[in-house]
Amino acid sequence: MQFSASTQPLPKRLLGFFAVLIALTAAVAVVGIILGMFGNFLLNGGTHVTWEFLTEFPRNSNTEGGIWPALAGTTLLVLLMTLLGVPVGTATAIYLTEFAKQDSWFARSVRFAVNTLAGVPSIVFGLFGVGFFIQFMGGSIDAAFGSSSFGDGSLLWSAATLAVLTLPVVIVAVEESLRAVPRDLREASLALGATRLQTIVKVVIPNSVTGILTGSILAVGRGAGEVAAILFVGVTYSSEVLPSAVTEKFMHLGYHLFVLSTQSPDVEKTLPLQFATTLVLLGLTFLMNLTAILIRSRLRKR
Amino acid sequence: MNNPFRATRRNIGELIAEWSIRAIASVSILVIFLIFIFVFREASTLLTGSEEAPTEQTSTSSQETTATSTTQSEPDVYNPDAEEPEVYNPEAEAPASGEEGAPGEFIYIAANPAYPHIYNPSSGLIPPDIDATSSEEEVIAGDTLSFGENFLSSTWQPVGEVPKFGIVPLLIGTAKTTLIAILIGAPLGILAALFVAFFAKPWIREIVKPGIELLAGFPSVVIGFFCLVTVASWVQDVTGVPYRLNAIVGGIGLSLAVIPIVFSIAEDALSAVPKTLREASLALGSTEWQTAYRVMLPAAAPGVFAAVLLGIGRAFGETMIAIMATGNAPLSSFSPFEPARTVAATIGSEMGEVVWGSEHYGVLFLLGVLLFVFSFGLNAVTELYVKTRFIKRFQGK
Repeated sequence: MQFSASTQPLPKRLLGFFAVLIALTAAVAVVGIILGMFGNFLLNGGTHVTWEFLTEFPRNSNTEGGIWPALAGTTLLVLLMTLLGVPVGTATAIYLTEFAKQDSWFARSVRFAVNTLAGVPSIVFGLFGVGFFIQFMGGSIDAAFGSSSFGDGSLLWSAATLAVLTLPVVIVAVEESLRAVPRDLREASLALGATRLQTIVKVVIPNSVTGILTGSILAVGRGAGEVAAILFVGVTYSSEVLPSAVTEKFMHLGYHLFVLSTQSPDVEKTLPLQFATTLVLLGLTFLMNLTAILIRSRLRKR
Repeated sequence: MNNPFRATRRNIGELIAEWSIRAIASVSILVIFLIFIFVFREASTLLTGSEEAPTEQTSTSSQETTATSTTQSEPDVYNPDAEEPEVYNPEAEAPASGEEGAPGEFIYIAANPAYPHIYNPSSGLIPPDIDATSSEEEVIAGDTLSFGENFLSSTWQPVGEVPKFGIVPLLIGTAKTTLIAILIGAPLGILAALFVAFFAKPWIREIVKPGIELLAGFPSVVIGFFCLVTVASWVQDVTGVPYRLNAIVGGIGLSLAVIPIVFSIAEDALSAVPKTLREASLALGSTEWQTAYRVMLPAAAPGVFAAVLLGIGRAFGETMIAIMATGNAPLSSFSPFEPARTVAATIGSEMGEVVWGSEHYGVLFLLGVLLFVFSFGLNAVTELYVKTRFIKRFQGK
């Protein structure tokens, strides 16, 4: 508002200048930090991300070679997680938008639970994975079928833990897209004699596929980078083979980076490997989030 | 939706489908209960186990506690040469029992060629006045302390002849790093939100907002790695502190996780303030910045407050950044330039090597209960108090 600023006395204009400047500095600083981090990783690890690095097994106790098992393990993990988590999240979002009376106690408690779930520290999900999935569910399955493969950390229990952790992400994203479906469409469908379920299955869901997709992508982005929750639920620091069953342990990019940077016998030597691993992990989550943000902004414009 | 024109044919299949959707929706509620029940259940093995221990020692316990209190009043007994490796390094004994390079063993404790300045107990860098509770008498007395006394003591030394689970240094470490993270992250996040909401041109907003949202997608292990390798060196170059990894480095790392949360919630709150307030303020002759700082920011205060609360929740619960960047030494020191160890980092670094079902295991789950209850409380406050106030203010309900 240039016409009002010019009427102010000089000290006030200086104050105003600083007020805007300080906010600008903060914004620039935050963006600068992000770019600086990214540039730092790119500079130090960019040349090490080669095809061999991506497709080879680590050698010589993780000090040489590639990250193939970690990359494959992470991919398997997030795929399994999506299979377990997205249907539950979608159904919850459908309940919240289509069935629930907005001020009923049940709808309110579901909402409160989702928000709480989003705020629970990820390490607590890790403990939950140990206590519930491994000890209780795995232990019960083993006791019932006489097997011995479920009562220990595995790909399955890690994926289940992450599915619980990413549930709020899916619910919020899908809910947003369901709300973006115009009310007219629902009413037209109901007026033509369709039942509520038919309306949801044939009208609402096809119109919010992008939202379900966004939710899944965001969840994958979050799950791929999450280490704390799976620390004791099945991740392993070294593996000669890829997991062949869901009850086996697996390698994970984030955990691989953690092990390389804090527990490797020669941290200095593996520094390029660490930067390259960081770059791959960051690239993966970055790509997921960017896709989700783009889809979402298109959705909002509609 | 009591639509009188809706088809009245509601077959069994449809009813089942509806009710299964309802049932699935309750999974979120169920999970909250399950987390509480199962994390608490693992922790409760501790309570049943520890009840047996004190009863054996009831005859001596009163005698021993007086011994403890007298030694605590005499910090001069402390002998750095004799006691240091035992007291400062809870995991020093662990490598001997475990195989080499076992998961959960941290090389930073052993002499690490890459990071010679990382907190290292055998180098004797710690000034002797840091920990006043490490007299020899107390090491013996710790044997007969009841669980409650042990839990509230100021030594965290879970591996050793006499395991000690004093959470005081962990709480201090958590408070220290969280405070630093909030002091850095909250102003940056709120000011950046102000800029994006009121000062930025639309095209700048279109770039900055998703950019900061991308920071929220940075895996915490990546931020931790960045702090471990890069930020730690910067901080040491600038301040010249003796420990490469300390609470400041950890706090900076945590602030990187806090900023996007504070930013996006504060930005939402600022944008939710009715435009009429802004127009009225401008119409009265105030400038853009006066409107932003003196009208819009106070109007959005409950939402901004919620942003800071959720930022605190993120900071104290963050595990990987804390493990990698704080130095992980359980010291009862308030100095930001000394290493710290947070509650979450303790669970993360010790759970991997603990014997399932042991006392140590139970204590770690108890710490988990602590984290869960605290985050639950924080979230309940923001949900029930802050949001209702915000709605009341603008909808007049």
